[in-house]
Amino acid sequence: MKFNVFRAPEGQAGNGSAVAEPSTLTSAPIVGAHASAPLGPIKIAARDVCVFYGDKQALFDVSLDIPDKTVTALIGPSGCGKSTFLRTMNRMNDTIPGCRVTGEIEMDGGDINDRKIDPVLLRAQVGMVFQKPNPFPKTIYENVAYGPKIHGLATSKGELDDIVQKALKRAGLWEEVADRLHSPGTGLSGGQQQRLVIARAIAVEPEVILMDEPCSALDPIATAKIEELIDELRERYCIVIVTHSMAQAARVSQRTAFFHMGKLVETGDTEEIFTNPREKRTLDYITGRFG
Amino acid sequence: MTDAIQTTAVSARTQRLQARLRGRYAREMRFKWYGRAAIGFALTFLVILLGSIIMQGHTAFYAHSVTLPVYMDPARIDRSYPQGANFEQIVAEQQMRRLGIQDDAQGSKTAAMKALFSSELKFQAAGMIARQPSLLGQTVPVTAPLSDNADLYLKGEISQATPEDQRRISNEQMAWLDRMKASGSVRAHFNSALFTKGDSTQPELAGLLGAVVGSALMLLVTALIAIPVGVGAAVWLEEYSPRNRLTAIIEVNINNLAAVPSIVYGLLGLALFINFLHLPRASPMVGGLVLALMALPTVIIATRSSLKAVPPSIREAALAMGASRTQTVFGHVLPLAMPGVMTGSIIAMAHALGETAPLLLIGMISFVPGVPHAIDEPVGALPSLIYIWENASERAFHERTAAAILVLLAFMIVMNAAAILLRRRFERRW
Repeated sequence: MKFNVFRAPEGQAGNGSAVAEPSTLTSAPIVGAHASAPLGPIKIAARDVCVFYGDKQALFDVSLDIPDKTVTALIGPSGCGKSTFLRTMNRMNDTIPGCRVTGEIEMDGGDINDRKIDPVLLRAQVGMVFQKPNPFPKTIYENVAYGPKIHGLATSKGELDDIVQKALKRAGLWEEVADRLHSPGTGLSGGQQQRLVIARAIAVEPEVILMDEPCSALDPIATAKIEELIDELRERYCIVIVTHSMAQAARVSQRTAFFHMGKLVETGDTEEIFTNPREKRTLDYITGRFG
Repeated sequence: MTDAIQTTAVSARTQRLQARLRGRYAREMRFKWYGRAAIGFALTFLVILLGSIIMQGHTAFYAHSVTLPVYMDPARIDRSYPQGANFEQIVAEQQMRRLGIQDDAQGSKTAAMKALFSSELKFQAAGMIARQPSLLGQTVPVTAPLSDNADLYLKGEISQATPEDQRRISNEQMAWLDRMKASGSVRAHFNSALFTKGDSTQPELAGLLGAVVGSALMLLVTALIAIPVGVGAAVWLEEYSPRNRLTAIIEVNINNLAAVPSIVYGLLGLALFINFLHLPRASPMVGGLVLALMALPTVIIATRSSLKAVPPSIREAALAMGASRTQTVFGHVLPLAMPGVMTGSIIAMAHALGETAPLLLIGMISFVPGVPHAIDEPVGALPSLIYIWENASERAFHERTAAAILVLLAFMIVMNAAAILLRRRFERRW
């Protein structure tokens, strides 16, 4: 199993600005080509995952395959366990006292809950973006440079500058902040802050990016920008996004998993889930009959 | 018809709403006035307190001294041992002659004249001879403070209206002082002794410096121990410790310790540091240790509450970036909590500075002349000096007590100002 934070993803040196193909941007929100294609290589495989908060069980035997270079949306009503499941994938649940995870979560074939796996290294590979933009109360530059600094990814100031610039460009924020890199990150607008946080996450070259309702605190224009960004980032990363917005799930994801009452009800290609769900509960939820 | 009914219904409803609204505004107004009254009350008492202290204490900041030409009589002063000479007698006799006063057979007038000068006169004169023996046989001006009672008279604090047998200074002495003042040999000046000398049994020679240095040394020891230990304990309890029965007990007991009377800490210090560890008693080391024990709960509680106030999103952000717990705490959480930590620590230090009871038990109530230089020698502290001076029988100590209180207050204001400055600095960094 390769938990090597120093590993650079392929093709990174070639096109630093990482502009997605125009066709991806302009094509229909539900990307047909991906949906109909066979499931790509599996990045994360969850098997019988249960999560307990003290005595209360929050997740029941969830088994889910998450393909690489794909956006997987986790949908479901509030309290259904989708955020809990998301947090098992970078072991953020470890930080909650009384939280216990059973079952297996394999990433590239290795169990991430293995005692030998250091969650600190795991989190360098599995980045996370939260519901509320949470930049550090430091400058924009320091925010993005933080990850590379603590993981020792840059050997010189120049290299660090390059990493920061590249991450900000990939997050689509560079044009807006290039002239004020050293002003506080908390001074940006909500949408800019969220893109700053994404830039911070991708600065350490993770393989997976987890997003926990990244647009719920944003206005529609900022949301559209983030969604565009997610679509671009799919080229390079395995993305898992929790969302309350069915429309958003339909727009940005290729795979969708529907959670209800702590159980995984149904999973499949997004197009299929939204047009032809197998389960009645899924149908009821996506048509707005509950949730 | 229906229109009319509706209008009356609406206006009744509106009236009710308006009546309620009036009631609400009246409540708001009343509450505002309660607040203003409370603040006014507090300010009044503050003004009364400060006013009375300043009224009593301001006279301690100046003092009278006398400058007299003294004939250094070689017949009465031993060149090799000038300290042995009775300078007070010599000066008093010469001054009597100058003022044209005849002594009686018992020499009581010379004694009365002597009583006007501080014993410092002797040390000044002896010092001059010791440094420069060639002054023997010459007439040189010698300056020394007046005695405490003479000084009080010239400050107008001893009134001639008081019956002569009820005051420490006679009509005759008063007349002499008035003459000396008129001739210019007695003048008022800033009381530098108050800030440059240690404690003394004679009020005119007593100063605060020893106690200020003692308090500062003690506070240094307290800060060096209480702040790192307290912040460390708070960080561990808040960020690292598991939530179980043991930590719950620790938590409750820290809160209990904050409420333990300070005299109990004094007893603990006496038993632990002096009787068991044999640290030097009345030293800033022991005082600082005792005050550190006392300040610890305050520092811990303040630090914990400011750590709690740091938004959890910051912790999540750092942890999700792959920061270790320690990197998260020391890189993000603690710096954000720093303003609160600083404020809490300074409040604890200011509290420790004014604490008297534990100092009494570790021996800091004794008379310590001079200014300390090390943390293991006996010292006085400002609050215990205030206590000692307030209990002194000499009346001149009373104004000095008030002056000492003012100095203690100034000390605290400087500390609080430093706290505000530090807090501003830390806040600006973020």
